[in-house]
Amino acid sequence: MPAAPTTKVRAKLTARTFIWLQGLSGLIGFAALLEIVPRLGIVSPDYLPPFSAIMVALFKEMTTATFWTALSDTLEAWAIGLVISVVAGVAIGIAIGSSQLLRNLTHSTIEFLRPIPSVALIPLAVLLYGSQLQSTLVLVVYASFWQVLIQVLYGVQDVDPVARETARCYGLGTWAQIRYVTWPTTLPYLMTGIRLAAAVALILAITSEVAIDTQGLGKEITDTESGGAVAIMYAYVIVAGIIGVIVNLGARALERRVLAWHPSVRLDTAEAGA
Amino acid sequence: MKNLVPPLPRLAVAVALPAALIAAWWIASADSQSFYFPPLQTILQTFGRLWFSPQAFGNILPSLWRFSVGYLAAAFVGIAIGIPIGLSWNLRNVLEPVLEFLRAIPPPVLVPVLILFAGIGNEMKALVILFGCIWPVLLNTVAGVRALDDVLAETVRSYRIGRYARLWHFVLPGASPQIFTGLRQALSIGIILMVVSEMFAARDGIGFVLVQYQRTFAIPEMWSGIILLGIIGIVLSLIFRAIEAWLLGWYHGLRQSQRAG
Repeated sequence: MPAAPTTKVRAKLTARTFIWLQGLSGLIGFAALLEIVPRLGIVSPDYLPPFSAIMVALFKEMTTATFWTALSDTLEAWAIGLVISVVAGVAIGIAIGSSQLLRNLTHSTIEFLRPIPSVALIPLAVLLYGSQLQSTLVLVVYASFWQVLIQVLYGVQDVDPVARETARCYGLGTWAQIRYVTWPTTLPYLMTGIRLAAAVALILAITSEVAIDTQGLGKEITDTESGGAVAIMYAYVIVAGIIGVIVNLGARALERRVLAWHPSVRLDTAEAGA
Repeated sequence: MKNLVPPLPRLAVAVALPAALIAAWWIASADSQSFYFPPLQTILQTFGRLWFSPQAFGNILPSLWRFSVGYLAAAFVGIAIGIPIGLSWNLRNVLEPVLEFLRAIPPPVLVPVLILFAGIGNEMKALVILFGCIWPVLLNTVAGVRALDDVLAETVRSYRIGRYARLWHFVLPGASPQIFTGLRQALSIGIILMVVSEMFAARDGIGFVLVQYQRTFAIPEMWSGIILLGIIGIVLSLIFRAIEAWLLGWYHGLRQSQRAG
């Protein structure tokens, strides 16, 4: 009896290692491609330096203060913007979602405001705040707020009517109802919202750095491009990608951790966006 | 439940808040002396003057053209590459980490990169949009193909349905709900990239004139440009929804009946 599961576990482990190795080989292959293509002259090394040159530039850049300041500036704007969006999205979402009337009243407005591209606000942000942190925050919050709000609205709507009636029968107050009935139902939706918002917030933080020169990785990329330091530019692009991966993986890990108690893994992104 | 409400009050409920907000903006800004927040009336007059003129099309059309070319190319290439990756277990395992990395690169950084390759012309903008939009389409296509129903797949195989028929009648429709999720994510990324690439380096386009207005402190013009971009965002998402309702009508109907049953 105990032997069978052990072999199964072992088989699963080797399968997993194998997949992991396959993925690693893909990454190595990609790096090799980036090395070979410029070396063979298929693409001019002036435009795309070999991967090794980019890595050398990256490690050199990592010893400078510029690099770490840029990195922390980007992360700061991202984190502050995300926190504002999540707090506002949850508060407003629960307030609107709890009332059928408010939901009907605001539906059309939300559907109208949501598709407005946040980059449309760039000129306004520049006029009001120049290239300060606030400019970035305007863009980040406008873009990621809707992601959270929509998910929270879905979640609040999903509360089981029987559970809600039961809570009311037992005389739970408004806050207790939110805490013990609405919140647990909404949480999976909220986590989806946070995951989407985290990715969007990073895109908009970097957009703002590229387009309006606020401090951060995006500004370093445009500066090094116009300065002709192409290898360093690619180094920053790779760093931006790695941060993107960490944000995505982190959000998924957080989701799994927060929802560990949840009986089913519900609502993938696919349905959430629908 | 919802359909029991008669249409007229439903319309009234839908229009009430937007009307109230616009009215509030109109009244609050009516005597505005603030330089940055001109009266809504002035903005709307500027809007009419600016964007209903023949010259306006010289800026709107290039933007929409770049967007359409880049977005449609991303959709086509993303689906075309995504299907074989989704169908092959090994290919997927090898490529997935690379694709996840490429997807995670915030797309606006492509603007300076692609300027190196393609200069600052239309090609660069279409390429930026293509490279930014392709990842959500590609990865969602892969996920959609992977999640195809096993029983259906076996059935298709045992009936020896040919490769193209299988692709056209089984794989594509089966993955289409997920593909549309990717296309929807790509839509907003595409609009962002259209504007950013024009702000960064261009001679025409909506993003370009918007920055010009802001730099010359032409405030009502700038506001009218912001409103124009908002309208374009809304119209594009309405077009997208119409196409989705048309192509995915069967799917939403299926889900509704499953929920009811």
